[in-house]
Amino acid sequence: MVEDRVLSVWPTIIAARIRSQWAYRVSFLLNAVGSFFTGLLEFAEIFVLLSASPVYGGMTLPEVTLVFALASLGFGFADLVFGQMDSLPSFIRQGQLESFLTKPLPLVPQMITSSFQLRRLARVIFGAVALVVAVQFVDVVWEPWSVLVMVGSVVFGFAIYSSLFVLAGGCQFWLINGTEFTNAFVYGGKYVGQLPGSVMLAPIRVFFTFVVPTTVTAYLPVLLVLQRPGQEVLPSWLAWFTPVFAIWSWLLATLVWRAGVRKYTGAGG
Amino acid sequence: MIIETDGLRREFAVRRKVGRLRRRTEIVAAVDGISASVEAGESVGYIGANGAGKSTTIKMLTGILVPTSGTVRTCGLEPVRQRKELARRIGVVFGQRTQLWWDLPLRESFTILGAIHRLGRAAAQERIDQLVTELELGEFLDTPVRQLSLGQRMRGEVAAALVHRPQLLILDEPTIGLDMISKERLRQFLVAERAERGTTLLLTTHDMGDIERLCERVLVVDHGRLVHDGRLDQLRQLVSLERTLVIDFAEPQAPLEIPGTERDSYEVDGLRQSFRFHPSATTAAAVLAAATELAPVRDLTMQEPAIEDIVRTLYHAS
Repeated sequence: MVEDRVLSVWPTIIAARIRSQWAYRVSFLLNAVGSFFTGLLEFAEIFVLLSASPVYGGMTLPEVTLVFALASLGFGFADLVFGQMDSLPSFIRQGQLESFLTKPLPLVPQMITSSFQLRRLARVIFGAVALVVAVQFVDVVWEPWSVLVMVGSVVFGFAIYSSLFVLAGGCQFWLINGTEFTNAFVYGGKYVGQLPGSVMLAPIRVFFTFVVPTTVTAYLPVLLVLQRPGQEVLPSWLAWFTPVFAIWSWLLATLVWRAGVRKYTGAGG
Repeated sequence: MIIETDGLRREFAVRRKVGRLRRRTEIVAAVDGISASVEAGESVGYIGANGAGKSTTIKMLTGILVPTSGTVRTCGLEPVRQRKELARRIGVVFGQRTQLWWDLPLRESFTILGAIHRLGRAAAQERIDQLVTELELGEFLDTPVRQLSLGQRMRGEVAAALVHRPQLLILDEPTIGLDMISKERLRQFLVAERAERGTTLLLTTHDMGDIERLCERVLVVDHGRLVHDGRLDQLRQLVSLERTLVIDFAEPQAPLEIPGTERDSYEVDGLRQSFRFHPSATTAAAVLAAATELAPVRDLTMQEPAIEDIVRTLYHAS
């Protein structure tokens, strides 16, 4: 008797998602092009600014581009995987959350795979292109440690932006119409993360470093590989602590998410 | 015992306006002390008016909501705490929301469910093929769920809930919005499924037809409390479960006599006549056949006994 193999759950779900998106090729491609251009448009803003004044927040155009590229990569991957976590209200309204609760799987992966939007990959591709272009012009010290810092900034950037999506979802258990509020730190955080942190007012800089840590996803690591000291509130050596910031933001997100689920099921909290 | 509840209660905080700006939070009990048990293999109808607490009870049984007080055990498990374990043993269908993946075709959904419930590929395929045949899903197996008609989707939902051969199938308003033929098809399937596998069935409905065709026992809930728990035939003795077939004839008719029925009304010179009958005495099909033999029929509607009337009668009786 041949052994009856069990399909592994998550690859089966993701493969089905990709097949279903590929079934509508034109719509898929148009959406992908749209995502790509959103990235391009955001970059255009920086480009326009820097063609007027050569230095922005103490950085030249290629340096700012490097910040933008690293943050885009981290955010792009996070959006690809965790992007629907902040549409919790529609999951609740359509009864999908109840349906997930009656399946023998954990909640978060079910939400992630419920609409795996491959088109968001276009955003990642844009970030990659920007990165390749930027490194041609930037005066980076090419040592193993600096490469590690840049790779790390993308990996931990992914972790930090992902935690923001989860945090946003968690908050929405209380704020059913709170997307405006959560957008402020999810997309606001992304916006800040893509810019040189030095251009922000000090309180904003502090908030987006120590509460919602997005300046560590690109700006500080770039300062480090350019061997710049940074400023008083944001010394570049903080970049070495990026993993600590990632752990902190996930801790916060997990706590809020768990409390939210407990509130939803009425288990208190 | 597959379902056991004792003093089950669930409260919600409702904010009410008092005066122009002030608001007061009031505690409302949606389910207010329900104690009941269901044995394996039973088929139980759970009925009540809108807002009586049916869905809240179902949510506590399936692990979506925690009871405020009292205890609940489903398949011997604590629903919320052992949610995933429970999900392997029960199947749930919510009539007004989908359990399926909206943009995937049924075929993909079934494959995923096989993987979720850790069925072997061959075993899953065998079960899926069986469900596809019995529920006649073959024609639209490759259409995304969002493009299916309500009747098609409901059959798909029921199949999806049964892929893993659950011990207990919970259906919340499974026939809501379905036409008579789709309803009947679904009921026939559920009867056959139960006969073959002995699945325990718990269903909420507004349609007494579902209860009469599918349930041996009926629980009636009103304002969060059980007002009746007994076999269907006991309920029949307490309340009238008669239904009425209203027939429009092509031409005016003299009052017609149809065996097994009582004429309920006679309007517009007999263009419209209605016949009341008890489902144990005759069937709608037999009444229609008899009427067609006497005169050409143009149109017909069926009036089922309203759950609200049944609840009211029981309430006054107790």
